[in-house]
Amino acid sequence: MLEIMEGSHAVAQSVGLCRPEVIAAYPITPQTHIVEALAEMVADCTIDAEYITVESEFSALSACLGASAAGSRVYSATTSQGLALMFEVCFNCAGMRLPVVMSIVNRALGAPLSIWNDHQDSISLRDSGWMQLYAEDNQEAIDLHYIAYRAAEDHRVLLPSFVCFDGFILSHTYEPVDMLSQEQVDSYLPPFKPYHRLDAADPISFGLFASPDYYMEFRYAIDQAMNQARNVLPEAGRVFSEMFGRDYSGMVEEYRLDDADCAIVAMGSICGTAKDAIDEMRDAGKKVGLLKIRAFRPFPVKEVQKALAGVSTVAVLDKNISLGSKGAVALEIRDALYGSQIPVLDYIIALGGRDVRKKDIAAVVDGAEAGKGDIYYGLREEVLK
Amino acid sequence: MKEDEAACVLFDAGHRACGGCAAAMAARLILDAAGKDTIVVSSTGCMEVFSTPYPETAWNVPWIHSLFENNSAVASGVVESLKKQGRKEKVIAIGGDGATFDIGVLCLSGAFERGHDFTYICYDNEAYMNTGIQRSGATPYDASTTTSPAGKCSFGNSRPKKDLPAILAAHGAPYVATASIAYPPDLKKKVEKAVSTPGPCYIQIHAPCCTGWGFEGEKTIAIGKLAIETGLFVSYEMEEGKITKVKKVVRKPVEEYLKEQKRFRHLFKPKRNDAEIAKIQAIADRNAEKFGIDIKLKK
Repeated sequence: MLEIMEGSHAVAQSVGLCRPEVIAAYPITPQTHIVEALAEMVADCTIDAEYITVESEFSALSACLGASAAGSRVYSATTSQGLALMFEVCFNCAGMRLPVVMSIVNRALGAPLSIWNDHQDSISLRDSGWMQLYAEDNQEAIDLHYIAYRAAEDHRVLLPSFVCFDGFILSHTYEPVDMLSQEQVDSYLPPFKPYHRLDAADPISFGLFASPDYYMEFRYAIDQAMNQARNVLPEAGRVFSEMFGRDYSGMVEEYRLDDADCAIVAMGSICGTAKDAIDEMRDAGKKVGLLKIRAFRPFPVKEVQKALAGVSTVAVLDKNISLGSKGAVALEIRDALYGSQIPVLDYIIALGGRDVRKKDIAAVVDGAEAGKGDIYYGLREEVLK
Repeated sequence: MKEDEAACVLFDAGHRACGGCAAAMAARLILDAAGKDTIVVSSTGCMEVFSTPYPETAWNVPWIHSLFENNSAVASGVVESLKKQGRKEKVIAIGGDGATFDIGVLCLSGAFERGHDFTYICYDNEAYMNTGIQRSGATPYDASTTTSPAGKCSFGNSRPKKDLPAILAAHGAPYVATASIAYPPDLKKKVEKAVSTPGPCYIQIHAPCCTGWGFEGEKTIAIGKLAIETGLFVSYEMEEGKITKVKKVVRKPVEEYLKEQKRFRHLFKPKRNDAEIAKIQAIADRNAEKFGIDIKLKK
């Protein structure tokens, strides 16, 4: 049954259905509605979780790390500066192979201070060993939480996961969503079975120090787990599709790409705008399609190669910038298409919440077809003067 | 004897601590007192490094190390997870003075304010020993460290030791204590009391560091005793914010403690610095007055 809900409340409700045992979070705009809603659920006993009202994001993720190591399913949510403050702990969660799931309500990083959306926060944790899933709309945002828990806790993977969705654009927007029942979620997501845990009956040590004789093998093992996630994530998506009808079996999603000359590549809510723009361009006779990246980590190289094999131009919309280089998504696409002769043009777009309209997408496609790319799209020259 | 054997099993031999390391002795005594149903959350530091070189571990209780500054926050998560699971293990967070007084103070304050049921134990060796003897908020006045070196215009560390037990008592901690490695039965009794007291409890263990302070390893206990006997470190208990027990001593002049350690050598060589020694004596005198540690001898 469809209900009209705010994105944050929908996510909070779906997280509650995942039965987290320990929640630790610190308020930060635009994540607050999620953690407030969860606090209400705990206060009303609609979910049975310990809720730790920590004094910082750094402690939020540290508490999640401890609770996960002790054997509990855990949850946190943050964004932007909060995620930056968690930087150290993020690497630790992955290194200790703790399947923490955390919502990232994507927001720009300061300075200058901005509370509005782009993907710089989660992209900056690219190399931390967390899986990264990006949602296009609120339905996908809530469903990806179920999938993230299932894949993260799979003993073939045992890695933490971000579920990323765009701040304000999704988090504060009311959309109709289909909320699963508790029975449905229970049938999809079994109780958390830790691979190992802190337990006096079977004492083990977590987080030892590794000399140069051992460190590389630990890093390799994490990377191998990411490779496993390439299979487990689509599998978790496929099972979800079979049970509930919504298809998340791909780490990428293709839209009108079959006969496309120009492919737009993007992540998150901008994909919705792009789809509408593509429909209009198609009506006008342009062969344009979209490749939506749902999983940025692990990066779906083979799926990208397959999806883009027949196109003549690729235009990447990057809501981030690796300063001194390119947008992070474009770098991945270029790597995936290395040796193919297909030009990959990068468009840094919508940083700090600047709005993107259908006509902007059309302008990007026009530029790509003319070979004009690797630019910041829509710079206000008068401000730069 | 039986208790000592149990301690050996819970914090095992074969770790990489220096001979005469008080932190290693503290680990043994803490687990001896707390018992096997204990989960230890360690911060980065000497104890963590010397006890867990992969693939070895000295810990025969469940043990976790995450980062330098987050052991209180990790412990918060462990405590709440155990509560949710209905498990009864005790949780002890252990950190050095750098982790406790300085970089971890945010997490420590948060965890104490929230009132998690755990014990935080600081092994206080009065500087960052793992990185090479840099000053911390626990470094005493005039101690020469690698970042507060004595020099032509410096007598070493220019600030007195931070009063962290008082800060934690002000959080409403039900039990706060200081102890010294030089008095094992007293230390163990305090650990037993802390782990059996509900809520966040704090113990600060004075742990002389032969490498960092500059004395021979066989003198660790003697140096620890001198710190107490001079009044420069006071061993006491606070319950519900009130001092309930203080170790009383027949006080010795601070000089007897200072002259045994290279970190205070500049106060004696090339010539004796009476003015600075007097300032340190004044710190001990203030401690003695504040805590009432002096045993009055009958004349």
